[in-house]
Parts: sequence; C-alpha cells; structure tokens
Amino acid sequence: MKNKAKLLAYPYVVWIAIFIIVPLVLVLVYSFTEGNIHNPSSLTFSLKSYDKFFNILYLNILWKSFKLAFISTFLCLILGYPVALIISKAKAKYKGILLLFFLVPIWMNFLLRTYAWMAILSPNGFINRLLQLIGLPTLAIMPGQTAVVIGMVYNFLPFMVLPIYTVLSKIDKNVLEAAMDLGANKIITFIKVIFPLTVPGIISGITMVFMPAVSTFVISQLLGGGKELLIGNLIEQQFTVQRDWHFGSALSIILMIMILISMAFMSKADKDDEGGAALW
Amino acid sequence: MSKKLIELQNITKSYNGVVAVDNINLSIRENEFITFLGPSGCGKTTTLRMIGGFEEPDEGDIFFDGIRINDLPPYKRNINTVFQRYALFTHMNVYENIAFGLRIKKVPSKEMDKRIKRMLKLVDLEGFEKRHVDSLSGGQQQRVAIARALVNEPKVLLLDEPLAALDLKLRKEMQIELIDMQKNIGITFIYVTHDQEEALTMSDTVVVMNKGVIQQIGTPVDIYNEPKNRFVADFIGESNIIEGIMHEDYLVEFSGKKFKCVDKDFAKNEKVDIVIRPEDIDITTPENGLLEGIVTSVVFKGVHYEMLVESQDYEYMIQSTDMQPVGSEVGLTFNPEDIHVMKG
Amino acid sequence: MVMKLIKKIYMSLIFLFLYAPILVLVVFSFNESKSRGQWGGFTLKWYAELFRDRDIIKALYYTFLVALLSSIISTIIGTFSAIGIHNMGLFGRKTILNINYLPVLNPDIVTGVALMTLFVSINLRLGFLTMLISHVVFNIPYVILSVLPKLRQMNKHMAEAALDLGATPFTAMKKVIIPEIMPGIITGALMAFTLSIDDFVISFFNTGSGVTNLSIIIYSMAKRGVKPSINALSTLMLITVVILLLLINKRTTKGDELLP
Repeated sequence: MKNKAKLLAYPYVVWIAIFIIVPLVLVLVYSFTEGNIHNPSSLTFSLKSYDKFFNILYLNILWKSFKLAFISTFLCLILGYPVALIISKAKAKYKGILLLFFLVPIWMNFLLRTYAWMAILSPNGFINRLLQLIGLPTLAIMPGQTAVVIGMVYNFLPFMVLPIYTVLSKIDKNVLEAAMDLGANKIITFIKVIFPLTVPGIISGITMVFMPAVSTFVISQLLGGGKELLIGNLIEQQFTVQRDWHFGSALSIILMIMILISMAFMSKADKDDEGGAALW
Repeated sequence: MSKKLIELQNITKSYNGVVAVDNINLSIRENEFITFLGPSGCGKTTTLRMIGGFEEPDEGDIFFDGIRINDLPPYKRNINTVFQRYALFTHMNVYENIAFGLRIKKVPSKEMDKRIKRMLKLVDLEGFEKRHVDSLSGGQQQRVAIARALVNEPKVLLLDEPLAALDLKLRKEMQIELIDMQKNIGITFIYVTHDQEEALTMSDTVVVMNKGVIQQIGTPVDIYNEPKNRFVADFIGESNIIEGIMHEDYLVEFSGKKFKCVDKDFAKNEKVDIVIRPEDIDITTPENGLLEGIVTSVVFKGVHYEMLVESQDYEYMIQSTDMQPVGSEVGLTFNPEDIHVMKG
Repeated sequence: MVMKLIKKIYMSLIFLFLYAPILVLVVFSFNESKSRGQWGGFTLKWYAELFRDRDIIKALYYTFLVALLSSIISTIIGTFSAIGIHNMGLFGRKTILNINYLPVLNPDIVTGVALMTLFVSINLRLGFLTMLISHVVFNIPYVILSVLPKLRQMNKHMAEAALDLGATPFTAMKKVIIPEIMPGIITGALMAFTLSIDDFVISFFNTGSGVTNLSIIIYSMAKRGVKPSINALSTLMLITVVILLLLINKRTTKGDELLP
C-alpha cells in the first residue's frame, strides 16, 4: 500500500530534475564557460566571467546591494516588530481586522505598489508639490538610495511582520503567566521570555525581507531611476540588454553564494534551526 | 469446539532487515475472542495488520476459511478493523462514517439506513447521526469506529489497541461492552493490547508475544496460573520469579530450601525458574514460615498492602491485608500448588 | 494609558505609511489634470482610457489565464506529489523536499534566468507556453508545502480504514484522502493563484512574442514615467482586493489564513 502511494511522487522527481536542477546546472555551466550559448560545441571552460566581476565597479554594486538590503531589513525589523506585538496583543475582535488591513497592500500588485511611490517621491511628485504649495524647498529623494530603501521597506514590511506575528500568537499564555508568577515584570518578561521565543520568527522575517531586497531590480530601476544599479539590475541587463549570458550566469552564482553565506550566518543565530521549514 | 476460521502458518515478516514477526503458527476459531498481548514492538500489531491485509508476510501463509489470502487486498477481505485512534473520516458526520462501507457495496438506501440505525443502537449513539466526528468525545468516537466496522457484518473484527486513548473508567466500561457485543453478534474478535489486565479480562484466548515470537497461547487462567516461561510470568501480573533446581518430580529447591510442589516431568536437577504470585504468599511469624525475611517497604494499595520482604537471596513481593511494619521480622508461607515451576 | 496612546499613534502612522501611496493613486485616478500636483477637477477619462488600451486588456487576459491554468496544473501535480512524498522513505522525502525548497528560497531573479537559459538552450520560443511552465515550476513547491502538513496531521491509518471498509485504492484516494486534505489543497491553490497573478520577475525573463502580463506592462509603462491610466488600474485592483479579502475574512474569520 505505502509502496504504491509513493509512486505518485515520481513524475515530480522527473519534473524537478528538468525544471529545477537542470536550469541551475546550466547557469553554473555558462558561468564557467565562454562561447556562443546557441552552439554548445563552441563552449570552452573559462574563468573570464568571474575575472570580469572582480573589478571595483562591480564589487561596488554588490556592496551597495547588500548595504541597501541590510538597511531595509533592519528598518523592517525595527518598524515591524512593534506592529506584530501590537496586533498579537489586540483584542480578539480587532485582531482579524487589523491583520486584514495590514495585508491589503501586499495583495496589490507589487509593481503598482512601487509605482505608487514613484508618484509620491518623484521630483515633481506629490510630496514636492505639497512642499511647493506651502512654500518649502523641494526634496531630491528620488531618484536615489533613500527612495530605493523606502520602496524596499514598503514592499517587504509585511514579510517581517507576519512570521513574527505567527510566532507571537503561538506563545503559550501559561508561559507568560509563569514568568509573571516567578516575579518578572512586563519588561523583564518581554526581554527574557517573549523576545527569545520570537527569535525563530525574526530569523524567518529577516530571510524573507533580505532575500528579495538584495536581489531586486524593479525597485532600484523605478525608484533609483536607473542610477542606483544593484546586482539584480546587473544580472537583468546581462540577460536582456548586454546578452552576455556567461557574465549574467556568473553574477547569479555569486548572488546565490552570497545569499547562502548570509543565510548560514543567520541560521547560526537561530538555535533550533528548522531550515526552510521556519519560513512558513 | 467451533471450527477454525483463520490459520497462520510459519508467518515471518521483517522491516529493513529487522524481524518483526518470527515464524508464527496460530489458528483462530469462529466466535473466538482472541487477544495478542505483549510489549510494544513484540509483533502483535504486525500480525494483526497481516490478517487485515495491510501488510504481506515475507514467508508463510494466511488462510481464511481454508483459502489462502496472502495477497488478497484489504478491500476484498471479509474482515474489518477498529484502528488505533479510530481513523474516523473527519470530513464526514457520524452517519456518513458508518455508511461508508455500505455505500461502496452499493447497499440499497433503505436497508443501509436500517442497518446503520441498528448499529447506532448497538453502540448507544442514537441521535448522533448528524454530529461531526470531531465534536465527539473519545469514547463516542470509539463507538463510531466500532459501528463503522461492524455495520459491514464482517466475520472477523480486528481491534488495534482500541481503548488505549480512553481514561481508566471509560476503558473498564468499554471492556465490558465489547465483551457483550462480541457474545451478542457472535463473530470473531482479534484484539491487540499491551495491557495484560485488559487481555485477561476480555479474552477467550490470550496469545502472549515477545520479540516477534509467540511465548504462550492459552486461556487467561492458564496464562496467569501456568506461565510457560520467565517472560510470561513477568509480563502477566506481578510475580516473584526465583531461580531454583528441580530435584525430582514434585520436589523443587530454591532460596536454600526444598519445597513440595505439583510440577513434574523435568530432568533430574534441572535448572528452573519458580514463580510465586504475590497474593499467594501469606505472612506469619518467623518460626512458622517456610522462609524468613525482613519487611523493607509497605505501600497501601486500597484492597491490600503491598510489602517487600528481603529474604536471604530474594526480595519477595507480597500482597496481603495483613500488614506488618517496616523492619519487622516475618515468616512467609505458601502452598505447594502456588509454586509454579518453569523451564529456566 | 500612555502606552495605549503610543500604540494607537504608532499603528496609525504605520497604516498611513501603508495606505498613503495607494490613496494618492486613487485620488489622482480621478484627476482631470495629467500632472500629479494639480487638481484639475473630477474625471473618469483615465478609466475610459484604461479600457481602451488594448495592451493592458491583453495583459490582463494573459495574467488571469496564466494564473488560472498554472494554479490548476500546479495544484493537481502538487497534491499528488505531496501524497507520494508523504509516503516515501526518510531519505527520498528529505532529498525531494530540499530540492523543492530551491524555488522558494532562491531569489526570483535566479529562478527566472535559470529557467530562461533552459528554454533558450532547448530552443523553446519564449512566449505563452514558457511563461505558463515557469509559473507552474514556482507554484508547485507552495502547493506541496501547504498540502504536506495536512497529510501529516491526518490519522496515519486513514487510507487503510477506507480500504478496510471495501474501498479500492482509487476510491480511498477520491473519497477519503483528497477530502481530508482539502483545506490544504485549497490554501495551496489560492497561494499559487495569487503568486502567479502578482509575479513579475519570473514572467519578465520567460515570456516573449508579445505575450505579457500586468506586472510587465506596468513595469514598462512606469519606466517611461507616470501614466494616469495606471492610477485607474490601481484603484480598480485595490477595490477588487478589498472586496475579495472581506469575503474571505467573512468565510474564515481567521486572519492567519490570509498569508500570501
């Protein structure tokens, strides 16, 4: 019986081999070769693409991507933790509606959300018009790094709040009462009990914000006005404009490795490492 | 003696090289209440699952009504099962759960309804038809599981630790109800449990298993009074098990003394194990006792006291209403028929 | 008391941050003037323009078609695969699940370009089919991840109970297993549908031949600057989302189920 049911997974084994494993292997192969990608026999082993990357220009872009993603993740944590805490402590009848309204924006199209900030931050956008109207000097936020960070925080804040909220709402009330019973006041209870219990949620929140932030090319394109190139833009350009798939593949591999390293670094902070399972 | 219904011949089953059931031979008769008893991992559930058709034996044959059924899938066997934790269909109400098997057999709806009503009455759940199974108590879920199996009128009902999830009081009530049910509908019950008391209370026949091997088959009285080996004696009830030597028929030596007993047919001076049940030992004064010792512990158990008495080479457990304080010197007596001699 | 006030102010600010941009779009979707700074009077002309824009209508059509097809396909494959995976040995299960996680954990851009390299390498013309396949690829893992917990929660003897009562393996699957894990299947299907509707990055790299979706068209329009018909589109989408969420919320009254 059991043995037969497992056969149901076999088509998917073939599927993941073709559509998950092979594409990644191809990227890896292209990153280590040069030649015409449409003519496999012309491909020869080469470290040219990686060599090309170790250039102050590209290293700077990688550095900037990680810097902006880090700042955004940090801001999401600072802004999002209190939100998760407040929603989880809200009365049952408000909880659902608070969460609902918090989630409405992420159900809007991601591009529209980014576009909305264009409309607000652009040189003759909403904010600057408002400032002009009351006679203040205009701001030059966009295009610029600040605008990119705002866009990232806006788009990814819910990904920080949700996992933390989920962990918070699962905390056994008895644990909190036990802490109080043992003489801890509210602040100590928070520091010694609640916060440590939410660390897994924070870790998955950080992962869920940092990952899309570091690899985005939409936000930096639209709010950075094409001036603030990030690693995502670089990859996108190689595959669409420059047509240098070898370099694009090398950049993708480098991005994956960098993310892998930062995730390993973060999961080290998480004592009971559940791997990806903590994500959802 | 009613006729043989199920026959297991030289059944062996292993998982990933670990033997779960080792060369079992067993026959089960019609209308019998038979219990597989043993600690977890003894092979009792595996044996049951092979009868149900959920596992195939690696070696040996299973016969049902004289027909070999080794590779007959469960849905073609006239056997139904009450599963551990019931496995009720949570997306259906009580009625639909019980109707499941009948709907598959395309029983006409009028007859189906009649049979389900009869079942609900049998398990005392009339009026629960529309209830969602998740809203029922453990005991009620248990009854639904039994009704769902019995409504198909199987020749054999398999029960895999059906009472394990219930509290003590409910468990005792359900034991009685299950016995009544089995007597009333007159089919074979094959029951799996690790609870020796449950096995002794309910069964016509008890099959004691350990490490995939049948240790003893017998009536509850046989199993309790005449355990075949140390494992059975230890597993069934509280026992004092002492090593000894069988000098000749009806004469055994242990704890440095020779005693009359009722056992025979051992080799001369054979090493044996002796079982004396704690309730068979009486406390008396040291000079009147067959053995002497000092009371080291007394625990009140309600109907009796449970005392440990340290003799020269063994700490005897005694259950008696006659309490002696800790530290007192006492004598122990027992009758020849209370001494059970087993092969060592 | 002070704490309560601080909480209220804080939440208000957060909601202001979340909604202000959207509301600005909504307001200006009714603005006669094309400039975002001036209020030129109320108009619906941008809505009219939106519905006249054949590119947008076509993109909308492809967006929903791909979302519908990819969520149906991935729900079917994902559900059966989850049942298979659930019944596998520890090693096989762990291996498949780890690979299954790759599209979830990898940055979208990497998944996107990797699939693109595959399609181009096998000379599959980028277009509707490649976009559909790529959506199915990233949807299945989410379906599996939402169905598996339901399988684990299910009594392990559930399938056997059905067989025991006379059901063939096929009937057991149809009448017992699938209904028992239905909540997980629905969650997975909804997740797949929303992810597909919202996707930009993976579609961006894996489509061509004039096939686009909403995100791609917004991106190319936004790159060229602000267009008031996008404001109108945002307003319509906001209304749809709010109505949908309120309906779902009424049905489940459980906020936790609304995770994307």
